[in-house]
Amino acid sequence: MESRRDVFQAIADPTRRAIILLLTVGTMTPNALAEHFNSSRQAVSKHLQILTECEIVKQEQQGREIHYHLNSDKIKEIEKWLEQFRQLLAKRFDQLDTVLEQLKSKRK
Amino acid sequence: MNKTIFYNFLVNKEKNEIKVERSFNAPIDLVWDAWTDPEIIDQWWAPKPWYSKTKCMNFEVGGRRLYAMCSPEGQEHWSIQDYIKISPKTNFKFISAFVDKDENINTKFASSEWNLIFSETNGVTTVRITIKHKSLADLEQNIIMGFKEGFTKTLNYLEKILTK
Repeated sequence: MESRRDVFQAIADPTRRAIILLLTVGTMTPNALAEHFNSSRQAVSKHLQILTECEIVKQEQQGREIHYHLNSDKIKEIEKWLEQFRQLLAKRFDQLDTVLEQLKSKRK
Repeated sequence: MNKTIFYNFLVNKEKNEIKVERSFNAPIDLVWDAWTDPEIIDQWWAPKPWYSKTKCMNFEVGGRRLYAMCSPEGQEHWSIQDYIKISPKTNFKFISAFVDKDENINTKFASSEWNLIFSETNGVTTVRITIKHKSLADLEQNIIMGFKEGFTKTLNYLEKILTK
């Protein structure tokens, strides 16, 4: 089944990025998270819902409270894509080095 | 003699930008030609075994390059680059977008703006590239497009070579 949202939508919003950043330190309850923002508890809940749907964060029931923590697999996905892009460019430039050497000897 | 070549790759997630810097052991005239002459671009733009095929290129402000990244199996991914600024041997800027082979823009995938700055010191030319996206989501999506649609295999192959 295709998930309704993807990881990239999740990080498109500054509040959600801030939530992710806060969760890198440790697990937090929705109330504790909401204290860091001017927006309403409800708005923070909505962001948490989106992040959960994108599987960036996971919920965990601890006693009566829900705690949120990061799903590190998803975060790694983004880093992996960036690393692949970096490598694509690196490969391109290595090929350009070779082409430039050929041009240099041709134009001498 | 090999001069020191450097390669920097920085991601600025706040500004939705990727900044890339690479130096080349060649004078600026050659490096400029390598980036702006379609015959030369096609020799290095695609990571082997893929190859780049420029169908047409009009290198002037308002002009366009239409090209495909082709796999050895015959898969083709078409893109355009629309030039919005050119200062010979110093700088050029283009909008990059995915299209079909009839140049219809694929709106499912975001466009990006590339700004390239060239400078030379003692025969070594540095190219500074800023790749800007409208949003971080766009930036990430372009990266997915680049890889999910066929490059993954090439990159896995590359990874194998690199980790040997």
